[in-house]
Amino acid sequence: MPVTLEIPTEKWNGSVREVTLGATAAEGGTRAKTVTVGGETALPFLHFEGEMPHPPAIAIEIQDHYPEDWSPLLLEAWGDVVHNPAAWAKAAEEEDADLIMLRLRGVDEEGKETTPEEAAQTVEGVLQATGLPLIVRGPGQAERDNELLVAVAEAAKGERIALGLCEDKNYRTIVAAALAHDQLIISSTPMDVNLSKQLVILITDLGMPLERILTDPTTGALGYGIEYGYSVMERLRIAAFQGDKMTQQPLICFVGEESWRQKESKVNEGVPPSWGDWVERSINWEAMTATTLIHAGADIVTPRHPETVKIVKGFIERLYEPSPA
Amino acid sequence: MALTGLQIYKLLPKTNCKECGFPTCLAFAMKLAAKQVELAACPYVSEEAKAALAAAAAPPIRLVTVGSGQRKIQVGNETVLFRHEKTFYHEPGLLVRLRDSQPLEEIEETAIQVDGYSVERVGLELTLNGIAFENASGEVDAYVKGVEAIRAKTDLPLILMAKDPKVMAAALERADGANPLIYAATKDNWSDMAELAGRHKCPLAVYEPDGLSALASLVEQVKGAGVEDIVLDPGTRGFSDSLIVLTQIRRLALKKNFRLLGYPIITFPGEGRGSVKQEAILADQHIAKYAGLIVLDHFDPAAIYPLLTLRLNIYTDPQKPIQVAPGIYEITGPDEKSPLLTTTNFSLTYFTVAGEVEASGVPSWLLIVDTEGLSVLTAWAAGKFDAEKIAKSVQTSGIADKIAHRKLVIPGFVATIMGDLEDELPGWEILVGPREAIGLPAYLKAWG
Repeated sequence: MPVTLEIPTEKWNGSVREVTLGATAAEGGTRAKTVTVGGETALPFLHFEGEMPHPPAIAIEIQDHYPEDWSPLLLEAWGDVVHNPAAWAKAAEEEDADLIMLRLRGVDEEGKETTPEEAAQTVEGVLQATGLPLIVRGPGQAERDNELLVAVAEAAKGERIALGLCEDKNYRTIVAAALAHDQLIISSTPMDVNLSKQLVILITDLGMPLERILTDPTTGALGYGIEYGYSVMERLRIAAFQGDKMTQQPLICFVGEESWRQKESKVNEGVPPSWGDWVERSINWEAMTATTLIHAGADIVTPRHPETVKIVKGFIERLYEPSPA
Repeated sequence: MALTGLQIYKLLPKTNCKECGFPTCLAFAMKLAAKQVELAACPYVSEEAKAALAAAAAPPIRLVTVGSGQRKIQVGNETVLFRHEKTFYHEPGLLVRLRDSQPLEEIEETAIQVDGYSVERVGLELTLNGIAFENASGEVDAYVKGVEAIRAKTDLPLILMAKDPKVMAAALERADGANPLIYAATKDNWSDMAELAGRHKCPLAVYEPDGLSALASLVEQVKGAGVEDIVLDPGTRGFSDSLIVLTQIRRLALKKNFRLLGYPIITFPGEGRGSVKQEAILADQHIAKYAGLIVLDHFDPAAIYPLLTLRLNIYTDPQKPIQVAPGIYEITGPDEKSPLLTTTNFSLTYFTVAGEVEASGVPSWLLIVDTEGLSVLTAWAAGKFDAEKIAKSVQTSGIADKIAHRKLVIPGFVATIMGDLEDELPGWEILVGPREAIGLPAYLKAWG
């Protein structure tokens, strides 16, 4: 006696906005390809009730100067390229990145401040070394971000790079530079649905089209507040489907930065044996931070370790495999 | 799923006799819906109404217990699809699978490791929850010996996995009082397995990979044979099918009150996976998306520690920030010359900072400010960890009587409040510590 059952499905009104990074020669840039993210009409990978037209993209994080504060495991994994951002970008492309995220440290190895001209040159070098679309983040201090990102926006004119981070205390200059040079921006707020909406509104008030905004909800890492980021993302995503226009931006999650600054990844001295092998643990930590957030709705994740990239790519592919209705 | 007042009203006599103490049957129904009175207060309620109300009061996903004693696990009884809607209540059990085709010494050794595995996080001991033991050999003797060996090494909950009811029967004889989960009833053996579950009063897993309708039919048969504590295995083993099917089962249980699938779900993320890391990220999905019991095929601390951490995170009640009590904390016996540091009362912040201070070997005072459980940056942004709040904590804590110096270390992330804090605390020197707790040992060792 067969039991009849009706699977409840969600009929949403809204969807995530599509945002395209990069521009090819035909579009006024020099990228070999563009990458579009967003466009979902259902929660992640629930293919029976909606579309997820673009798989989550992987932006490998590189830095403009030797990242002396990075875990030795990362430095070892990348080798010599960590001294040369253009070579590093090329290596990241070879590791199957969809996008490159360049983080400007603000100072070089000797502690000398990066000038706007130097930042612009670095970005030009990276653009020449890779055909992938680019995300560029400043050092994270308002004045320095503004100074460097204005120069970067100009140097990368036409390339549709994403600039960040725009925060509520500092977004006008970066948005203006992105508007002047046809770039995208990343809005960033600390783990709060309403703050996230609010900043998107302020940024659009300056004339930035929604098609050029990515949102960083701030996530925390596994074991370090990920549950807050996870739930804020699920709430943002549900609000997007319910039609709230200012919550419909694709979500970018800085998983490499979040997970590799934690003790679990950074050190191997004086930690209990129950933590397991350092290398394996660190990669699991980053991969699980990434995959957990992809389940919550991440459209772009930014891992640092090449093996994490492989794991997350395989994970995404398998989530597109056909399954029983 | 709870009935509304109007739905309950339809089941009542509708005579408004007032003998329940309420003026009308509708008023009584409303009180029943709000769980403020007992149905027994109505002297005229029918047996059918009683049965209907009792069934409606049962949780939409049954709470199932596996194992016995202090380490038993209870899974199920979840009420929401998203943790932000309320919270997830019962952490999924994480178990490790062993097989009777392995050498006995290996089985015993792993059983001891699983039993003893423990890792500390935010003041909690995180542990594994049991062992699933599979009859891979197909033989009774090897299986029974293995069960005995495992039980001699650990009192953790057990899942007994055998296809042949005769093997299961022999194993259950050796597991009396242990309340193992019987895995599994299938369309071929369900009658015998249900009989065993009834006789030994054990929970029973139901395996049916041929779609949810077939699974529900099999559950109906098993229920008809008198088994109440059921665990579902829909047979999904991949990333995509697991996510979709587990989501559908959870929705059917919660949104449709579909009783036949209102049970916890068991998963096997290691089956068909090429590596421990692949298994770990599928187990990660199962923790976030709706498994009740997760059976791992590897005992690898490098994967288990992050999985236990994720489980703790996802099952943290989002309605209550985890906090520690504000006040002064003494780390490794400080004296009047020891450094004084301040941070927030978010428990993760506290335990991370306290752990690093302890690791530094430098005895210190820790002044914990009441930020209502917010972390440093969030609290600062919300005005709950500003100069005024910190100054007030310093002044009311009595710390000035315990130390001879007047130096206070603040987290590097709030370096900008240094000037304000010096204005609020005349005579104090404010020092900016590292941004991350991990920088504290080096910082404290250099502290004069």
